[in-house]
Amino acid sequence: MMQIPCILCGRRDESEFVCGGASHLLRPPLEASDQQWGDYLFFRDNPKGVHLERWRHAQGCGRWFNVARHTVTHEILSVYAITEPAPR
Amino acid sequence: MQNRYSAWSLLRGAFSGQRNWSPAWTDAAPKAAYDVIVVGGGGHGLATAYYLAKNHGLNNVAVIERGWIGGGNTGRNTTIVRSNYLYPESARLYDFSLKLYEGLSAELNFNIMLSQRGLVLLAHSRHDLDAMSRWANAMRMNGIDAGILSRDEVAAMVPGLDMSPQARIPVLGGFTQRRGGTARHDAIAWGYARAASALGVDIIQNCEVQGFVQEGGRVVGVDTTRGRINADRVGIAAAGHSSVLANLAGFRLPVTSYALQAMVSEPLKPVLDTVVLSPGTGAYLSQSDKGELVIGAMLDLFPSYAQRGSFAVTQSILAGVLALFPAYARLKMLRQWAGIVDVVHDSSPIIGATPVPGLYINCGWGTGGFKGIPVGGWTLAHVLATGENHPLAEPFALSRFVTGRLIDEAAASGIAH
Repeated sequence: MMQIPCILCGRRDESEFVCGGASHLLRPPLEASDQQWGDYLFFRDNPKGVHLERWRHAQGCGRWFNVARHTVTHEILSVYAITEPAPR
Repeated sequence: MQNRYSAWSLLRGAFSGQRNWSPAWTDAAPKAAYDVIVVGGGGHGLATAYYLAKNHGLNNVAVIERGWIGGGNTGRNTTIVRSNYLYPESARLYDFSLKLYEGLSAELNFNIMLSQRGLVLLAHSRHDLDAMSRWANAMRMNGIDAGILSRDEVAAMVPGLDMSPQARIPVLGGFTQRRGGTARHDAIAWGYARAASALGVDIIQNCEVQGFVQEGGRVVGVDTTRGRINADRVGIAAAGHSSVLANLAGFRLPVTSYALQAMVSEPLKPVLDTVVLSPGTGAYLSQSDKGELVIGAMLDLFPSYAQRGSFAVTQSILAGVLALFPAYARLKMLRQWAGIVDVVHDSSPIIGATPVPGLYINCGWGTGGFKGIPVGGWTLAHVLATGENHPLAEPFALSRFVTGRLIDEAAASGIAH
């Protein structure tokens, strides 16, 4: 099981968290085409490598935050606030 | 030249000490060009190649596999075949697949060990009972066999279940698809590979696709670890790695990859002669012909390409199995593993064209790809050969994620997403 460092509570078992999927998705404007809207709702990078994703400490403080995690090794490379931009 | 498998050929082989057998398929080296390339040598890819040759007369075809054939999800599933889906589009697709399975041993001259032992879904609450009534009725409306089971009928079909009044997880009833069951997963890969090879298809192993060669916006070949191979029609059947290949070709898919876990116990004498699914506990199990209990589990609910499942899921599934079948408590587990499944928002497959002309895809089967192998191959072969999506696959085109006409089979997929 992964240990995930919550930005408020520190390292806890993965079972205390829920994953909210890919982070940094930008909602398109209201006049977006069906193509753009579908792209926003459904299409994902789904990388084999580093993935930027949202996690919530559901069984703890309840805070949402961002995690940069490798999808093969499951290594967590960084944890940052939900409002922060994607790391370069 | 291939031997035809039969009791007679086995008997004849006895006179030569069974030394007369030729390899079941040819491990080919890549040629410079083919009419069609299929990327991915699992069940779906091999079935595609077979139906390209068989249904469409195309035998200048290559199947390119990164590892060895059947070594991905085809070798990692729980071997369950069924067609108990809710919507008419899915019912047509999955039942076509089950019907192909029913004739496959004879067609491929390879025993796929199809065992239509019946599928039993357990209802653990009033709400489960209501939902299963709706589900079974929807199946019957779609012309697929389904039967509601009372509590007593479930007890008679599945003897080991804890039906006592103090059962931790009570069983109130259920429903069955009697044509559901299991098939030998490796035999599906080997059977299709052998039949395709006999029709002239090249099966190329240890050959990883590293890029798609495009000219004028069309695909004209693939770059691989064994050099460039040309073809102006390419099909992708790569399950959990579909997004990786799509990325190489320059587009994205509505797919997220997750690890789906399964495990087997040590072999034991016959105890279970149906396939039991308990959506409430997330467990589904059957007994293999070797006697092992094959237990399927849930997804690790975060994106993953690691072919291993977390211990927390193993533990929760085994706890569920033991609550249902207390007699299995002292059983030892032999192996645990995971396959990477390509989960789509509506839990239905994606079959047909991609944004790159000449490049077609069959993916998105998620947690239920094994049962779809025959129809996945049939329909991908159809679109590769004709350029038109097969009528069965029409509702499952990638374009549904733009039009919004999803086919939401989240419940019938049987695994919480």
